[in-house]
Formats: sequence, C-alpha cells, structure tokens
Amino acid sequence: MAVLPMKKIEICAMKRDRKAILEKLQSLGMVEIQTDNEETDDFRKMSTTSQRAKYEKRVQNTDEALQILDKYAPEEKSIFASLEGRQEASETDIQEIIAGRRDYNRKVKKIQEISKDIAGCEAGIVKCQVAIDGLVPWLNMDIPINTTGTEKTDVMIGTMPPGLTETDIQGYISSAEPEMAGYTVTVVGSDKDQTCMVAIALKPVSQRVEEILRSHGFTRISYFSRRTPEQKTEKYREDIREFEQWIEDKKNELVSMADDRDKLRLLADYYRIRADKYQVLGSLLQSKSTFVISGYVLERDADRVVAVLNENFSLMADVYDVPEDEAAPIQLQNPKMFASAEGVLESFGLPGKGEMDPTTPMAIFYIFLFGLMLSDAAYGLIIFLACFILIRKFPKMESGLQKSLRLFMYCGISTLIWGILFGGFFGDLITVVSRTFFHHEVTFKPVWFAPLDDPMKLLLFSLLFGLIHLFGGLALKGYMCLKKGDVKSFICDVLSWFMLITGLVLMLMPTELFASIAQMQFNFPGWLKNTSYGLAIAGAAIIVLMSGRDHKNPVLRLALGLYDIYNLTGWLSDLLSYSRLLALGLATGVIAQVINQMGSMAGDGIFGAIVFIIVFIVGHLFNLAINMLGAYVHTCRLQYVEFFGKFYEGGGNPFKPFRENTKYVDIVSGTEAQK
Amino acid sequence: MTMGTVLALVGAALAVILAGMGSAYGVGVAGQAAAGVVSEDPSKFAKVLIIQLLPGTQGIYGLLVGFIALSNIGILSGTPKELTVAQGLMMLAACLPIAVVGLVSAMHQGKTAVAAVGIVVKKPDQFGKAMLFPAMVETYAILALLVSILAVNGIKL
Repeated sequence: MAVLPMKKIEICAMKRDRKAILEKLQSLGMVEIQTDNEETDDFRKMSTTSQRAKYEKRVQNTDEALQILDKYAPEEKSIFASLEGRQEASETDIQEIIAGRRDYNRKVKKIQEISKDIAGCEAGIVKCQVAIDGLVPWLNMDIPINTTGTEKTDVMIGTMPPGLTETDIQGYISSAEPEMAGYTVTVVGSDKDQTCMVAIALKPVSQRVEEILRSHGFTRISYFSRRTPEQKTEKYREDIREFEQWIEDKKNELVSMADDRDKLRLLADYYRIRADKYQVLGSLLQSKSTFVISGYVLERDADRVVAVLNENFSLMADVYDVPEDEAAPIQLQNPKMFASAEGVLESFGLPGKGEMDPTTPMAIFYIFLFGLMLSDAAYGLIIFLACFILIRKFPKMESGLQKSLRLFMYCGISTLIWGILFGGFFGDLITVVSRTFFHHEVTFKPVWFAPLDDPMKLLLFSLLFGLIHLFGGLALKGYMCLKKGDVKSFICDVLSWFMLITGLVLMLMPTELFASIAQMQFNFPGWLKNTSYGLAIAGAAIIVLMSGRDHKNPVLRLALGLYDIYNLTGWLSDLLSYSRLLALGLATGVIAQVINQMGSMAGDGIFGAIVFIIVFIVGHLFNLAINMLGAYVHTCRLQYVEFFGKFYEGGGNPFKPFRENTKYVDIVSGTEAQK
Repeated sequence: MTMGTVLALVGAALAVILAGMGSAYGVGVAGQAAAGVVSEDPSKFAKVLIIQLLPGTQGIYGLLVGFIALSNIGILSGTPKELTVAQGLMMLAACLPIAVVGLVSAMHQGKTAVAAVGIVVKKPDQFGKAMLFPAMVETYAILALLVSILAVNGIKL
C-alpha cells in the first residue's frame, strides 16, 4: 500500500577502484545510477565506447550463434516452456565460463562460419536450379552448346522472338534472298518468351543469313559449354546433389555443437553484463584521480550499501533526502494478495511525484467488479483452478506473469461467488440438461436474484456500486489532501462534492421519476428531505464560491465556480458508465443460455447427448474467452478512467537499479544452483 | 402469421445483421494491421491479437438482442405469437439501437484498434494504454445494448 521511500546516494572514490566499485554495485543490484551528468571543468566523462563496442560485438556474435543453433538444432520445448522461468547459474559456473572463454569464442566463430557456408551452398543450389530451368527449351538440341561450325559450315545457335515456326523463319530468309540456298533452320524448342533455333549455313552465305536473322530479332545463345544442353543439365543436377550433401554434413556438425548451448547462453549474458558496466562507466564524472557516482537507493537498503562499500573500499558515500526538484524513481510495495494488481497499475502509469500508491484499493475494486461482469460460478471455478495449478506447477515463472496469474486466480474466486449469488452455472445448464435428458426440471436457485428476471434491479445495484467506486476515488483524493495538510482543498474540492452528490441522490430517490425507473418507492420523512436539500445547496455553494479561489477577480472566480458545477454532467456520465456492469453481466448469462438451448435442440438420446456435449464444449469455451477478455478490458477501463480520474495522474518512472541484466540465465549467489 | 410478427422478426434480424457487419469490418481491418505487425515481429502476436478482438463484441451484443427478441416473439420455442402491427413495430424499434450503434461503433472501434496496434508496434510496453483507446469507443455500444435489452425484455407480448 505504499511507494517505498527513496534516498539519494553520492559516492566519491579513487579512480583506480572504479571498476571494482561498479562491479560491487552491479552485483548488489540496489542502486539506480544517474547517467545524465553534466561535465564541468574539473569533472569529465571518460569515453568507454570502444570497450563497450567490443563487448557488445561479442554479445551480438554469441546471440547470433545461439540463434543459428536454434534454427538447425531446435530444442524440444513444451508449450509451457515460457512458464518455467530461466535456467539458473551459480558463481562457479561463471568462473568456469570466464576461464574457458577463448575456447567458447572460437566455437561461436565456427558456428557463424558454418552458417555462412550453408547459406553459400543454398545460393549455389538456387543458381544451378535457375540454369537448369533456362536450359529446358534447349534440351532437344543434341549438339554442344558452343558449336560454331564445321569445316564448310557455320552454326548459329540463338533465340528469336516467341511464337515462330521453322517455316516462318525460313520465310524471313527466303523473302529477303529468294535465290540463296545452302542453309537450314531448325527450331529446337520454345517457350512464352523465346523461340530457340539452330541455323546451319554454308560458309559463303552464313554471314548474310545471320544478318537477316538478326534483323528479325535473332540473338546468339548466352551459355558457354562444351556439352550438349542435356549433358549440361545433368552436370547441374550433380552439382546440386553435391551441395545438398555438403549442407547435410554441415548441419550435422552444428547439431553436434548444440550441447554447448547452455554454456554459450551464459557466455552471452556474461558479456552483456560487462557491456552494461562499460556503459555506466562511460557516463560517470571523473577528475584526475577521483570519480563520482550519484544515484538513488531505497531507504531500507541504503545502510547496507554504504556498509558494503566502506568494508571493501576507502571512499565517501553520502545518503540524503531526494531534493525537491527531482523526481525519484518509484518502487512499490504491497501485501502479496494486492500486489498482484501492480501490473494493471504499471500499464497505466506509476505514481507521480507526491502521489499515493493506489494499488490496494484498486485491487479490491478490480476483483469485485471483474467477478460482477463475468458472474458465472462454473467459469469462475475453471479460471481459479487453471491459475492455481499453473502457479503451483511453475514456481520459477517470470514475476510479472505470476502476478497476472495470481490476480486472475482471485478474480476467479470473485466470479465464482457472484455466479452463486446470481444462479449461473454454465448459464442455465442444470435446468436445460435436467429438462432435456431427464425430463424433470431442476433449477439452480440464485442466492440473491437472477439478473434476467429483474434487470432493473441489477442496473440499480450497478449504479450503486459505481457510486461507491467513484466516492472511493474521491475519498482517496481527500486522504491525499489531508496527508499534505491541505485542509482548504479537502473542504472545497472533496467535501463539497461529497455533499452535493449525496444531496442530489437523496433528493432524487423519493421522486416519481425514480420510482418509475426503479419500480421501488422510497418515502422519506420530512427531515431527510430537508437535509438532502440542505446538503446539495451547501455543497453547490462551496463549489461556486471556492473552486476558483486562486483568482483575485471575483467575477472570474464566480464564473469558474459555476463552470465547475457543470462537472456534474461528468459525474453523471461516469455513473452511467457503470451500467456496463449490467450489460456484461447479462451478456455472459444470456450467451450461456443460448448455447445451452442450441445444444438441447437435438433432443435427448445418445445422438442428442453427443451433439450437446460438442456444442457445450465449443460454445462455453468461446463464451468464456470472449467474456473474460471483455471483463478484463472493461474493468481496466473503469479503474483507469472513472476511478483514477478522481485522484490520480501517474507519470512516475520505475526504479531500475544497476544490476546484472541477463537475457537467458538467472545468476544466483552461492556456489550451488539447481538446474 | 401476422404482419406484426414479421416486423418483429425483421427487428431481430437487423440487430444481428448490422451489428455483425460492423464487427466483421472492425475485426477485419484490425486483423490486417495485426498481420502486418506479426510479419515483422512474431513476438507481438498475443498483444495484437487481443487488440484485434476488441471490436468483435458488437456482433455478440447484436446476437444477444436478436436471441432475446426471437425468444420473446416465441419463434425459438416453435410457437410464434400473433403480434399486432403496433407490437411488431415496437419490437423493431427496440432492436434498432444495438443494430445501428453496433454497426457504426464497431466500424470506428476497428479503426481505433488499428491505431492501437500502431502503438504496440513502437512501444510494446504501453500495451495497457493502447488497449484503452478502442475500449472507450465501446461505451456507446454498451449503452445501446442496455437500452435494447431493457426495451425488448420490457415489451409485454
């Protein structure tokens, strides 16, 4: 229920200790180091870009090698792999890696080389395939491709525009030189782009023949080979086979290297940590022989950090309050059950400067409203069991995911409770099944009332819950005002609205209008009616007079006050927004009933039962998914817009301490780690 | 079979048709944006899928109202009631809010969902905020659903 108090820490130490101090801070993981420091005459930043670049290159190479291994020797992962969390490594594992890093770097290089070779072979195969395709129309030609002629003849092998026959081509020549003889034209093949032909002519006439052919679009063949097209194609096929064999061999080599995968992951993370360290190093201010680190640390950790530093180094470490003009980063702490909603808060924004941590009240309302929107006992039970089992089975899963699953687990319980109150168990499943299959109707009686029987009642209660939610938000605003000691704001901005809204609601309740909508008649005694008028008028008066109190000009002040009264419409629309509780609650129930009805249309008996079961499974799964999504989105929206809109802005930054940021592996201190 | 029953059936049909059309458009256009994202970065699949699904609810609301209307008219149970023209027109009018608002709001929600997918591409950690924008559009579909359900339920046949 709190934003943990943050302190500022400044460390001044000897330059020679800087790497060791940074490593110490990195392994403690408790200090967020400020990197936007301004250089002065005495203090400059050191450029570490080259060392950092070196480590980042190593990280990149190792990551690439791991990706290559994953591509050619994929690991067997179950669908639940993402829930298992990351592999763990101990200090000794890291020492081992550091000692053997030259070998591992060689392996990384080898893997990258093999991958390049494979790519080269694959390109080679493509080239051969293209060539084979190109030779297809030439296959009928049974002379070598680069035949130029014999003793007495010239051979012209080439292509002409598509769609020509031998007669056409011979026609070109004979129409240009009707008297000429001693040539022959053979069309060996054609496709949609070209006609492939061979012209043989006696040497005296060959030049003229070629001239005529060229004028009709003849071009010599562009392949060069001593073989015939068929032989050439066979050679290409052989080449392809060779390439494929080579690729197979290389792939097998990679598979054999896959056993080192875990070590390579550790190596990648080790280089990542070092690159981070150099990045921070490059942002520190340094003088001739000293350097300065300034950053943020949680109040509860401050003493330990100072103690550890002083124990190992001689330096100056100062802890003091965060100055007024700085916005400290935010770290939340909440009781475990409510902390599950921290993810929802983070999606909107962490508390800004001076704001409270709304996680606990928000969590309570979230769980309550989610259950009201989904309101089916069976669905609630399914969600609860699924989340419970997943959390138990995968204790090491990533913390953000675990928080979400825990939140849904509680929402499942809430849904179960509301489902029992409203009498929904897979909708009206029990009624339909008992009626269709057992011919004896049994109903699951709602403990409170069934929404479909009396939707107006649920609407009223939705609006009532909405009013409580909105008042909750306003109350939190009041709490924040009082905590700051701002009693004036409390009275003028919070108390006045409480009075006005309560007064108006009480005024509205005994009227005819209300009775016709709610079908409930309230008869208030005279004093209650008078009090309600009094409250409303007093509240309105305070708002009109005081809400513009920052302005000196009385006319402007009153005008702003009147304008603020207009915010009543804002309240009205916020309140009506809660009618979605009715809509979504009804939607789940009605769709469930629809599905049950569809399933029961096949009647009873074996066939009917089979149809029913299929419709039941598909339909209810679908209903569960859609309505869970809707409940999640709309509950979030009610928190973010209606609830937070009263008192909370967000805009804070999360606390990111300088620590070992790993991608693949969790490093645990101590010498033993469980795999 | 009277004219009134026909009119009431037209109302139920319109609720399903128009709201379904709107959702089909909305989910479709959001799906195209989502497909574009996944073609570059498959790891964002789950997030963009959820955003794509948001405009789908109007079609379901239309189905809901259609079903309640059909059940009220008696067609579902197999014995349609004989409605007067006035009653038929009342049912038709009662189905119109979700029909028309479902169509229009789903189309606009689809376009907003496309924009929300754009947020997730550039800043995947702002998923929560991105999801809220299409959800705001849905408010009006919910209000229309409410009125349609109350009206269809409340008409005494």
